Amino acid sequence: MAILVVICVVVLIGAVLYFVGGPLRVAEDARIAAAAGGEPAPLVEAGEQARELRLQELEAAREAKYREIRDAELDYRTGKLSAEDYETVDAELRAEALRILDELEGLKTRGA
Amino acid sequence: MAGLGFACLILALTVCVYGIGASIYGVRRGRPEFSDSGRRSVYALAGVLTVAFVVLEVAFLRNDFAFNTVADTSSRTTPLLYRAAAVWSSQEGSLLLWAWLMSMWSSLALFLTRKRMRDVASYAQAIMLGFGGFFVALMVFYADPFQTTSPAPAEGVGLDPLLRFPTMMIHPPMLYSGYTLCTIPLAFGMGALLARRLDADWIKAIRRFAFAAWLFLGVGILLGARWSYSELGWGGYWGWDAVENASLMPWLTGTAFLHSLMIQEKRGMLKVWNVSLVLATGTLSIMGTFLVRSGILNSIHAFGGATLGVPFVTLIGLLIGASIYLVVTRRDMLRSENRLDSLLSRESIFLANNLVLVGLCFVIFWGTYFPLISEAFTGQESAVGAPWFDRYTVPLALILVLLSGIGPVIAWRRATLANARRNFAIPLGSALLALVVLVGAGVTSRPLALLMFCLAAFVLGTVGQELGRGAMARRAMAGESLPRALAALVQRNRRRYGGYIVHVGIVVLFVGVAASSSFRHASQLSLAPGQSTKVGSYEITYVKPTATVTPKYDRAHTGSTLSLGAELDVTKNGRHVTTLQPSEGYYDSGEPAQGTVSSLIGGQAVSHVALNSGMTRDVWSAIEPDIETPTLKRIVDIGNKTLGPEDAPVALLYLARSYLSKPPPTQFNLIVSPLVMWIWTGGLIVFVGGLIAIWPMPLRARVPFALRARATRGLARS
Repeated sequence: MAILVVICVVVLIGAVLYFVGGPLRVAEDARIAAAAGGEPAPLVEAGEQARELRLQELEAAREAKYREIRDAELDYRTGKLSAEDYETVDAELRAEALRILDELEGLKTRGA
Repeated sequence: MAGLGFACLILALTVCVYGIGASIYGVRRGRPEFSDSGRRSVYALAGVLTVAFVVLEVAFLRNDFAFNTVADTSSRTTPLLYRAAAVWSSQEGSLLLWAWLMSMWSSLALFLTRKRMRDVASYAQAIMLGFGGFFVALMVFYADPFQTTSPAPAEGVGLDPLLRFPTMMIHPPMLYSGYTLCTIPLAFGMGALLARRLDADWIKAIRRFAFAAWLFLGVGILLGARWSYSELGWGGYWGWDAVENASLMPWLTGTAFLHSLMIQEKRGMLKVWNVSLVLATGTLSIMGTFLVRSGILNSIHAFGGATLGVPFVTLIGLLIGASIYLVVTRRDMLRSENRLDSLLSRESIFLANNLVLVGLCFVIFWGTYFPLISEAFTGQESAVGAPWFDRYTVPLALILVLLSGIGPVIAWRRATLANARRNFAIPLGSALLALVVLVGAGVTSRPLALLMFCLAAFVLGTVGQELGRGAMARRAMAGESLPRALAALVQRNRRRYGGYIVHVGIVVLFVGVAASSSFRHASQLSLAPGQSTKVGSYEITYVKPTATVTPKYDRAHTGSTLSLGAELDVTKNGRHVTTLQPSEGYYDSGEPAQGTVSSLIGGQAVSHVALNSGMTRDVWSAIEPDIETPTLKRIVDIGNKTLGPEDAPVALLYLARSYLSKPPPTQFNLIVSPLVMWIWTGGLIVFVGGLIAIWPMPLRARVPFALRARATRGLARS
């Protein structure tokens, strides 16, 4: 029983070290590869990753903005926003949506 | 396997210390690989604590009494399901449950935010690992759940009979999930302050977790109330007990936050207030955990481990100090983008709602900690009781219900007379109608209860109106049929309409509380078989005594060695309503020194309540048989002197037979309460509404195509 416990503990420690150390190993490997061959690949990859991340963020922001536009319309139609306030809020939200769509469009064009 | 469990704790502590260092190093030095490694430390912590938890759970299920925790809180006679839940009935096991749940929820939060706000998340994961490390360190240094004794005792003490109740199996995991989930917004809030990224992103990231914390905490509180009502022999569901109050306080500040964050999202206001509420809720959840564990205040729920007081006070002090420092030093970044335009606006009503909720929290805080405060100032410990709490909380609760009716329908920025007339006609009409009906029915003896019922009608009127108008608006916008528009409305605006359903649940619950506390009939008296008494409009007759011997025949399935009870016939206007069979269970004390027979029934005696529930009223009964009568005592004494451990149950058979043939007059506690069922039904509605509000929508289904097209078309206007 004691041996089984020792084996379990060793396996567990090994698994934790391997899992937690994963990102450090990957970064180290990339550094070694870059130093050996002067490959700019990781940089390009990092740039692509950043673009992907930004795209995701913008798409989420676009969905959220659409939801806000719809929310404001619902508030207006159920009497919680005056016509004047609704027009202002709606115009502001649509302008913000336009900015998001512009940036999204630009990123997509650059990626294509 | 205890060695494996303890090794897991050591490994978990190491992982926490490393993860904190890696996360902070990663974010301060711009090394994302270290931040990623820190995030993986949280996942690893969850994995390692899962192994530790499984080891302890298996020990309970296998009756491995070599584990001190198992021997102290379980036994072979403890039914299997209760044995499985006995893990968290001890101080040590409950600390492990806390740490494990925290690691699981933290992992989920970090996984969902792994591609966003990396700097904020790095600080947040360091704080989460700090909490994890704190609780694991408590287990390693003060309360080790894997401590063993050799040779192992042949039998354990058994689970506290009071905890052998179905809701008690899920009450602690629910409550702990609520507490641990409260630390996630706190970690992200502190992370945002540390990273100086105080835009709306962090609020969006933690919104769902704040709601989940609120929901779990609420369900946990309600399950605790249900346990108190159905298991404890006093017939109440809320006793303003210190531990009950400790769980209510973060729930109240969490409720305030869920409302005020809408103001920040819509108007960019209340930023200091919101971040303070998040930090306060997290800190109060740690204080709640501390109250249960420190034993500084008397409570039926507390573990009473005085050794844990100093570490907890240190942690709470650190949290309060860090919160104040961070908010003060970042106050320039937390400026409001807008001001209140009018006192008659949704923003003002939400702010008032927040002040009432925080006021309630302060009252409960003061009442709960009053024994400590009074001792600090006068040297004498004195406590406040239910009447003190009621004096302040009842008016505040009434104001809160009123505001929860006004909030959803009042206009943003500024309400006009025309707007008020349009939005408040139906709710006010509902309240007036309720007033007329209730006064007509003669419900005038309790004005505060009457006011609560009318306010509830007001809230139901606002929710009904909102659903109706929303469906009409949706029909106009999307051209759907009314039922389809209603379903689509709720489905596509889950947070808003889920929230309204929660409001309905809360007022149903408040109506139940107001009715059952104001119009209940109670009677405590001694009856002999054949005697009757009147409770409210019900006649209750003690028909005959009942008894069971040995855990096998215990009707309550709690493993009692002896159970003495009564059969009660309940009638109304001469018609049979129900038969109730309350009983009192006696349990093995596990202490042979008491005597062979005495030890079989020497454990804590627990009342098994019998009740007949309905939507309009509950008939509740509990019994306290006198086991100390000369006849019964003689049987026990003779048994102690003449019978060995194996034959001792024979004496209990004689005792039960004597109780059945010559039943002594018995003490009964009888209660008839109206609308208690509304409390549990209200809780269920809150739960359903909460689930609707919290449920994520599939990404592509979030905005209908037609709406996208219209929004884009409309851009030309701006």
